[in-house]
Formats: sequence, structure tokens, C-alpha cells
Amino acid sequence: MNGPVELGSLELAAGGTLVLLAALLSLLLVLGLQRTFLLAATRMVVQLLLVGLFLRQLFAWSSGWLSAGVVAVMLLAACHEVASRQERRLKQAWHYGVGGLPVTLATLGITLFALTSSLKPQPWYDARHLIPLVGIVLGTVMNSASVTLNHVYGTVSRERQAIEARLTLGANRYQACHDLLRRSVRAGILPLLNQMAAAGIITLPGIMTGQILAGMDPIAAARYQILLLCLLAGGGFLAACGTAYLAVWRLTDERDRLRLDRLLAAN
Amino acid sequence: MHDRPSLHIVDLRSGDHGPYALTVAAGECVSLSGPSGVGKSRLLRMVADLDPCNGEVRLGATACRAMSAPQWRRKVCYLPAEAGWWADTVREHLPDSDQTQALLAALGLPERLLDAPLTQLSSGERQRLALVRAILQQPDFLLLDEPTSALDEANTLRVEAVLEQLRREGKGLLLVTHSTAQAQRLGGQHWRVQQHGLEAA
Repeated sequence: MNGPVELGSLELAAGGTLVLLAALLSLLLVLGLQRTFLLAATRMVVQLLLVGLFLRQLFAWSSGWLSAGVVAVMLLAACHEVASRQERRLKQAWHYGVGGLPVTLATLGITLFALTSSLKPQPWYDARHLIPLVGIVLGTVMNSASVTLNHVYGTVSRERQAIEARLTLGANRYQACHDLLRRSVRAGILPLLNQMAAAGIITLPGIMTGQILAGMDPIAAARYQILLLCLLAGGGFLAACGTAYLAVWRLTDERDRLRLDRLLAAN
Repeated sequence: MHDRPSLHIVDLRSGDHGPYALTVAAGECVSLSGPSGVGKSRLLRMVADLDPCNGEVRLGATACRAMSAPQWRRKVCYLPAEAGWWADTVREHLPDSDQTQALLAALGLPERLLDAPLTQLSSGERQRLALVRAILQQPDFLLLDEPTSALDEANTLRVEAVLEQLRREGKGLLLVTHSTAQAQRLGGQHWRVQQHGLEAA
């Protein structure tokens, strides 16, 4: 098996000329996009190099506590992202909790499951496995939760009459909100369904591409990708369900009333 | 008919509205009227336990809080002026029974409406269909919020006839209406809702 092709500065510079050429083209065509384009490319280079340096150092220290700290920061940032994507909000800390709780639980649960059941690194909290895994699971889970929550908040007011019609006929809050729950979870996992259906035919998933380029056998790479997509599907579905039920639980009360007064405009 | 429990509303308040006190006996029709925005719908919603409130509503000796909210609402059913629908056609909301047929006929609704998309029905048709749906749940008390607001005179009289029949069968009716004539036709107590209580009309 070939080892990964090491990229030297010269090879990277070759890639960089493409960005410069694109910027030049924008200048020639008077599109006015060269500034934003170069700025974004520079940001990308700096961010990735910094994260590379950071991870190299983190792997070198290989401290469980330090890794846990990094995971905690990643989770907090994700919870904040989910909340800040919304056009409406719940009162007080529920604004963060309703998306943040399922995101945190799904990410930690799926990561621990993968580390103990299939990847089995030594030790299990090895940063080289833990951090990238949390990163990729968190990305997907956050996306699912955020889209689901957006759907619940966006449609619950519009469906008020239908939900209350079911309540007046003796349904409990989850029966009355069943359509809302179903459609919100569906919206949240739609990207996952697309990703799985398109995998290998329309797109070659990023991880698999990377590993094949790095010299791994395609079947071995496919196995990795399959495991990963299963983890993402499970995590995304859990987060979407958790978020939808938690949101409906907060938007109703113990007497099975719809409580839209708890839903405020963001800011 | 005297063994059936009455609906007791005791010191019912919400925010700046109330307190309201009222008793509706089984087989009695009570009409409520008052200017728009005074809180008539809010009062009915509180009685059906759809909005948070203070005070007490009882069915006989059993307080609303002593049973689950779904249980309560099956006995004390609130029907808004514009009820909601959760599926695409009427049929998905109503049981397929002789009683359904009879009610449709009594309210002047042709049976073909059952398969029509709800969006194609007129507001008057939807209003009567929602009444059918509520009656078929067989509640002890019906809280009706302007049940004939979208209806012409002939259909208004049909609805009133159905309500009168329900009353004779021992159901209690609490009805919001803007029409004094309607309140008189249906008989029973008639109250004017004010922000801080009820006043005889």
C-alpha cells in the first residue's frame, strides 16, 4: 500500500495559484469579488494551519482532561450556534437548552458508543480519535437539531388552530402535536437522508476521498465511511427527535395546553 | 335529568379579566354576549382549560384539576368560531356512522362534502362540520363560540334546532352570541360578559 503523498510548501503553492488566478479573473471581468475571495481563502489557510498546530500539540500532550476541555468548548459553541440560528426563542435558558441538551447528549452518546464498540483506540479517550470524531458527529447533529427547531418554531403558530382542535377533542399534547413533530423531525433528518442516498453515486464522501487519496484501500475506506455515516445518521436522528419533543414539551404545559406565550421573537 | 352534574364556574380569573361565576345545569342553555374583545372567548377557553387561569371549574363535585385535561375536554368541549382541521378532507376528522349522517342531514350538509378538500369548503360549511365533529365526541357540555357567525338565516335556524335537540337530551350548552334574538330563541339564562364579571342581560 502506498503511504499518503506528503504535500510540501511547493505543492501547496501550486494550489494557491488557482485562488490567485480566480481573483485575477474577477479583477479582469470587473466582478468586484477578488477582495472577499482572497480574504476568505486567507482565513481558510490560517484557520486550518492553526487547528493543525493545535491538534498536533493536543495529541502530543495526550491528556484526557485536556481533551475533555476541548470537547466541552466545542459543545458549548455548537449549543450557541443552534440557538442563534433561530428567528424565535423560548424564555430564559430554555432558549439554549431546548437545542443544546439533545445536541450534547446525542454527540456524547454517539461518540462514546463508537469509541467503545467499533473504533476501540487505546486508551479510549485518545485525542487522535476523540477530537475528530466529536467534530464530525457534532457538525451533523447540530445541523439536524437546528433545522428541526427552526421547523417547530416556524410552524407551531401557523398550526395553532389544528393543534387546539385536537386538544379540544381530548387529545393529549403529544397526540395533538403529532403532525408537527413528524414534519419537524423529517425536516431535520432530510440532509442525512440525502447524504446517505447520494453517497458513492452522486458524491464521493469527503472522508472516503481523503483516505483513498492518502493511500488506503477503497474497500477499507468504504468501510470507514459506512461506519461514519451510520454514526451520523443515528446521532442526527436522536438529536432531531430530542429537539422536537423537548420543544413541544416546552411549548405546551402539564394541563395539555398550547403555550405560544412562551415563544418570543428573537432579540 | 337531575342526576346529571352541573357545570360550576367559581371565581374564574385570568390576568385582568374576571372573576366570573356561573352555573350551567345539564339540559340548560346559557347565552353570553358582550362587545368584541371583552373576553368572551377567553372565558370559554378558561372553562375548557385551554388557557392558564385561577379559580375553579367543577363538573358536579369533581374539579377540573382532579382529572386529566384530555378527560376534562372530552366532557366539556370548546368549539371556536373558526375551528381547526388537521387532515386534508372532512372524512378523516369524522367517524363513519349513522349519527354522522343524521347530523349532516339535520344541518343541511350534503354527504359529498365529506370527501371535498377542506380548503374548498365555505366558512359556513366548515363551521357546521366542526359542530358535527364536536357533537360526535358526546361531551356533557358544549362551549360554543358564536356557532352561527358564518351562517345565513336558514342554516342558523338549523343549527339552533340541533342545539335545542341536544339540550332536550340533557346536554348543557354555554353559548357566545352577538344576537339577542338568538339568545331569546334558545331560551335560558342570558348574561352580558364584562371585564370584571357577568351582568344579567
